[in-house]
Parts: sequence; C-alpha cells; structure tokens
Amino acid sequence: MSRIEVTVISGRSLSQARSRERGKFSDEYSRSVTVCELDPDDMKELGAADGQNVRITTSFGQVVLKATISRQAPHRGVAFVPYGAWASMLFSTSTQASGMPTMKGLKATIETAPDAKIATLREITRMKAK
Amino acid sequence: MSKKISESVVCTFCASGCDDLEITHNRRTVDSARNGCAISLSRFASIRESRILKPLIRTRGNLRATTFAKAIDRAARVLNNSKYPLLYGWSQTSCEAISKGIELAELVGGLIDNTTTSCHGPTILGLQDVGEATCTLGEVRHSADLIIYWGCNPIHSHPHHTTRFTVFSKGRFRKTRKDRKLVVVDVRRTDTAKLADKFIQVQPNGDYELLTALRTAIRGEEIEQDSIAGVPVDTIEETADMMVDCEFGALFFGLGLTMTAGKHRNTEAALALVRDLNYVTKFVVIPMRGWFNVTGANEVTTWQTGYPYAVDLTQGYPRFNPGDTSAIDAIARGEVDAALVVASDPVSHFPGAAVKHLVEIPIVTVEPKWTPTSEASEVVIPSAILGIEASGTIYRIDGVPLEARKVVDPPAGVRPDVEILDAIINRVKKLGARR
Repeated sequence: MSRIEVTVISGRSLSQARSRERGKFSDEYSRSVTVCELDPDDMKELGAADGQNVRITTSFGQVVLKATISRQAPHRGVAFVPYGAWASMLFSTSTQASGMPTMKGLKATIETAPDAKIATLREITRMKAK
Repeated sequence: MSKKISESVVCTFCASGCDDLEITHNRRTVDSARNGCAISLSRFASIRESRILKPLIRTRGNLRATTFAKAIDRAARVLNNSKYPLLYGWSQTSCEAISKGIELAELVGGLIDNTTTSCHGPTILGLQDVGEATCTLGEVRHSADLIIYWGCNPIHSHPHHTTRFTVFSKGRFRKTRKDRKLVVVDVRRTDTAKLADKFIQVQPNGDYELLTALRTAIRGEEIEQDSIAGVPVDTIEETADMMVDCEFGALFFGLGLTMTAGKHRNTEAALALVRDLNYVTKFVVIPMRGWFNVTGANEVTTWQTGYPYAVDLTQGYPRFNPGDTSAIDAIARGEVDAALVVASDPVSHFPGAAVKHLVEIPIVTVEPKWTPTSEASEVVIPSAILGIEASGTIYRIDGVPLEARKVVDPPAGVRPDVEILDAIINRVKKLGARR
C-alpha cells in the first residue's frame, strides 16, 4: 500500500450537477460524486490505476473513493472531490467564527485501498450519524 | 393533449438566471427544453424523477403517508415545542417563500439561516467591511474588456456564464472573444482556465497573499520576492498591468476564496483590489453565487431583519453573529433542538459532526425530491419545483430580480413552498405561538 500527501478541495462538477437532478439516490449521482481526481503524476507516485479505490483521510474523517486521472491538470499535490455527502466526511464543523467550514484546502493523506468498498449514500448517512 | 411552447423561461439551477429557455410541454410534462446548458436540460428532463408525492410523518420509526393537514399540524407542533428551532435552506425557493420563512422564524422564536452560510457567507462579511464596486451582468457583457475568474470554474458551475455575459457573449461594445481578455486564477488548470489568455496557478490557500501582491503591484510598489503563492513576480506585475490598462474590468470570484484559509479576509482582499483599481480605471466585482436564489435569500432576509443570513430571532429581535448564529455552528454546539429545512439537503452537505446532532432532532423537510435529509425527517412535505411547477421571484447574482414562471402543473396534491409555509404559519398561530 502506498500513500501520498495532498491538499484536498471539494467543488462543483458538471456531472455532479447534472446527475443531482436525477436524484440523490440515483446511481448516476453516486458515480459522479464518489471520485477523487488526481494529477497524473500524483497517480503515478501513488501507484494507483485509473479507477482504483483509494482512502482519503483528513484530521476530521476519511472516505473511500475512486481515484481518476484529472482532466483539469496539472494540479500536482491537489486532489479534487466533487461536492456531496462523501466529500463532507472530510471536513470539520469548525468555522473559525465565520459560519463557514473549511471545505477546500485541507491537508489529506491518500492511500491505495483496492479491497475497500465505496459506501452507498445511506451508509454514509449512517456513518455520519454515529 | 396539445403541446405548448413557453419562451423566455428562467432557469432555476444556478444564479446566472438564464432567461432564454424555450420549453415545449403539455399541462403536466416537459417534452423538450432548448437553449439551456447541460445542467438545465437535465433539470427539465428529470422533473418527475425521485419525487416525493405524498406528505409523510414518522410513525413507529418509519415515514408513512398522511394528509396535508396532519403533516402541517405535526410540523407546527415540532416548531412550537422547540426552544431553539433552526429554519434552514431558502436558496432554492422564491423570495415570497423566504419572506414567509422569516415570518415563521419570528413567530416560533428561531434561528433562520440560508445556504449562504456554507458558500458565500465570507463574501457577505467582506462586503460589509469593504463594500463593492459592482454593476449588472448586462453592463459586463456590453462593456468589459477584461474578465477575471478567480477561484471559480463557471464552465462546470455556471455553464452559460461565459456565453451570455462575458468572453463569448455578443455585447454592444465588445462583440467577440477578440474584444476581451480572460484571466483565470485557480489551483487547477480547470476547463475555464483552458479558455484563458492568462492562467495563473496559485498555490492552495495562497489567494490572500496573491491578492495582496497584486494590490502592491497596482500601487506601483516593488515586491521584494521572486514569487508569491507559487506565482512568479513577473506574472503578477504583468497581470497588474493588464488590470490597470483595461477600460472596463470585471472580477468574478467563487468559493476558491470563501472556503479556503483566510475566508472573509480573502474576499476583503478581492473587494479591496477592485476598489484600488477604480482609482486608475473602471473595475467591478460580482461574486459567483451558486443556487438560483441565494442572492434573493440575502435580499429578503436583509429587508425583513436587517441582516442577510444567520439571523437569530430567539430574543424577539434579530441578532447576527456568524460563528455563533450560523447554522453549522449552532448545530455543532448541540443547541438546535428542531429544524425546518426548505429546499436543501444539509444531511448530505454538512460535516459529519454536525449531521450527528441534526439527525437526532426532529426535522421538518419541505422538498420536491428524496434526499438524505428528507429520509431522516420527522415530517416530509412535498413541494412544487420553483420555475417549473410554481412561480415566484428570484434574484440573479448581480441583484437583478427575475420572475421564475410555472410551466407545468406539479404532481397531484403537491403545493408550492409559499402555500406550505403559509399553512404552517396559520397552524402555529392556531396552536398558540410561543411568541
């Protein structure tokens, strides 16, 4: 198992926005938001194949997602995760008295996790509730 | 049934407020949509998917169908029995519904917050400190010869922004792409950045430093570093020259400034940069707001309470103190003991530690489609989709009000948000509001 240190950012993606309209419990939506887009060189360093499962861990939580080669590269050292229940597993509730949690720019570790499963939306909700 | 074509329909996805959609439909279903972006077309094509069709109440652990009157009664009792209810969402509904929401928050003595709190809240804080030099998107389209997208990726988030209002639009004085320069600042070479004349790749969390360096360069002062936030000083000085030399510049910034380290200090720096530029040329700034009526949520909340979001009405008068009276903070502290969620999905999008408390308290959800929040609710009241099945006023990102029009009927028995909120207000009054 190899690992890399990155800065993780969440954000809107076109496929996330389109599939959201189909419904949060649609397969299309789940597929669009359970990805982690990595710079091609970071993928190489991690030793992950395109589409392989990886575990992302911040100080506040962790989640298993599918690593994909970014089409919006280069962005060495930056991992992009679309907005959604999965991405929000990685954030803190601390808003530093601003009302706004830090949802971009968090330090994270990514490790290959070929045997780990990507949780469903209902499983993610249960994890958050614990 | 005969088909009808509705023209100049306003899209209710992002806050660009595109009002050129052409929808072919009959009374209940949309046949086709033209002129919209990929998101808009998906929105119209999916109106019947994943819908909540009946009011639901949680009984013995499960959500079960009930009548509208019983759902309203339970919703009113949940809010009435709460000591500190949160009324959250509001950016995907009409100004008329938001107005009702504030009336209800005052009635039950609650905390009302909209999704600004977790998107452009820091922008509002920056605006309160610095102010803004701004204009309408129409003025940008006609006159701007320099467009800057900073920390936003409109090709994905606001897909028609570039074609309707900026570099690819046909304005009166700027007619083609050649008449404008495009600068993109981002941590990734995004699909928007690929269109740029100048792409500046800033290091993550380095926006404040870069904005400050640009302000320094614009004042003509020397920057005593080789690079700032990963950007060579030569690039910073070239960009400063582009800004100073333009006739009409427009800065659009997104959540790349509000969600990263610095938050409202970043937005203050961006607003101050534009203020500085107005000493030497004409420059405006427009935040890239997300949901189609998040700007309206700020407008209406300000008209009625004096503050744009995160307004605590528990004391009988409005208090605004983000970090204290903001939704995520109040939930994370475990203080909120009931929630009304209108057109939003905080269970999905709030951080885990906040969701842990949220799912333990009774939630009333008013929402057209199934979400993790509706599944976790005590009461679920299905609502009509604004701008497709219900009419109402919305505000574009530049503060221009638009009428989102009803095109087709909602599913049988499904009502607009404004009607649902009115019914809850009346029931709360009948039960004897706490205030």
